[in-house]
Amino acid sequence: MFGPLVVKPIKSKGDKTGAWRIKLRPKYLQKDCIACKMCVLICPEACVRGKEKNTYNCDYNYCKGCGLCAAVCPKKDILMFEEEFAGDKK
Amino acid sequence: METDTLFKPGHTACAGCGQAIGAKLVIESAGPNTIVVNNTGCLEVFSAKYPESAWNVPWIHSLFENAAAVASGVEAALIYLGKKANTNVIAQGGDGSTADIGLQALSGMLERGHDILYVCYDNEAYMNTGVQRSGLTPFSSATTTSPVGAKSFGNIRPKKPMPEIALAHGIPYMATCSSAFMQDIQRKIKKALSIKGPKYIQMHVPCPLGWRHESELTLQVAKLAVETGLYPIVEYENGVLISKGEITPKPVEEYLKVQGRFKHLLTNPEAIKQIQDIADYNIQKYGLKKEG
Repeated sequence: MFGPLVVKPIKSKGDKTGAWRIKLRPKYLQKDCIACKMCVLICPEACVRGKEKNTYNCDYNYCKGCGLCAAVCPKKDILMFEEEFAGDKK
Repeated sequence: METDTLFKPGHTACAGCGQAIGAKLVIESAGPNTIVVNNTGCLEVFSAKYPESAWNVPWIHSLFENAAAVASGVEAALIYLGKKANTNVIAQGGDGSTADIGLQALSGMLERGHDILYVCYDNEAYMNTGVQRSGLTPFSSATTTSPVGAKSFGNIRPKKPMPEIALAHGIPYMATCSSAFMQDIQRKIKKALSIKGPKYIQMHVPCPLGWRHESELTLQVAKLAVETGLYPIVEYENGVLISKGEITPKPVEEYLKVQGRFKHLLTNPEAIKQIQDIADYNIQKYGLKKEG
């Protein structure tokens, strides 16, 4: 009981923190993206992925809806929408 | 940044956590051949709550104050095994475990000259236990142990000059950075790891919960701290200032008014003047004002 507690790495993927979003969720419009990777760099959750222009998107299983990617995007290509309407608005 | 990240999603940091941005950038810049030793603090708790871990590298936590001491042992063991050449050792902790509780362990590590990078995530209070005042809490900031009232205006002591204390050990590399400038963090981590000997990096990381601002303002708040001169970005190599973040100074009110912890000051011009003096002192001391 008092020995070291050893845990296999990368186990946190089991925690779906996306359930924490209460107000807003980001929408990656994928129109004017210039692949500057600022959203990848700033995401505290490390859940934004993409390789080329207009392919960046976040993993809604983990996104907590903090809105930093929308704040940092120089092209305003990421917008925050109300959680329930995220699918309807274009 | 590779798709196979070293800091995985699913950790339990608050939305908009500056420390999570910093920790992710540090480990991604350091690469997979890294051993991380963590002090107790928010970072340790949210990234490694038993039985889960967000780290994809060897990671160890022992006590609140001794990351620097444990990292010294890890480094000594790596040298004995002949594996130090291609392995980075990073010790990291919050501001409380660096400047208050773990200062003697850190000082010992810097003095003995271990080849370790120490990263201090400075969120300016003990956020993990509920926003208590630490040595790096800025002047006039409201915390639960320096509350605002009829006869109190928050923390009565100025911020401890931790970068200068580290620098006074004669270490080869010391830098401060901010989570608002991500490429700067990456560059400084890579540069620090290319230098042999003890290195110290202090990173300003906003805490939406303790500083009482909205989560999407993390970037703006961190930027304003630098642009007002309250958090000077400097880089020293062998005791010589080699680069600094030059700014066109903004009035400190802009930084204070976006945070709940400074809300009580806005009706008090005298207190704002005192904080402006701190910013002016920093700007003059490091020559931060942009020429022309």
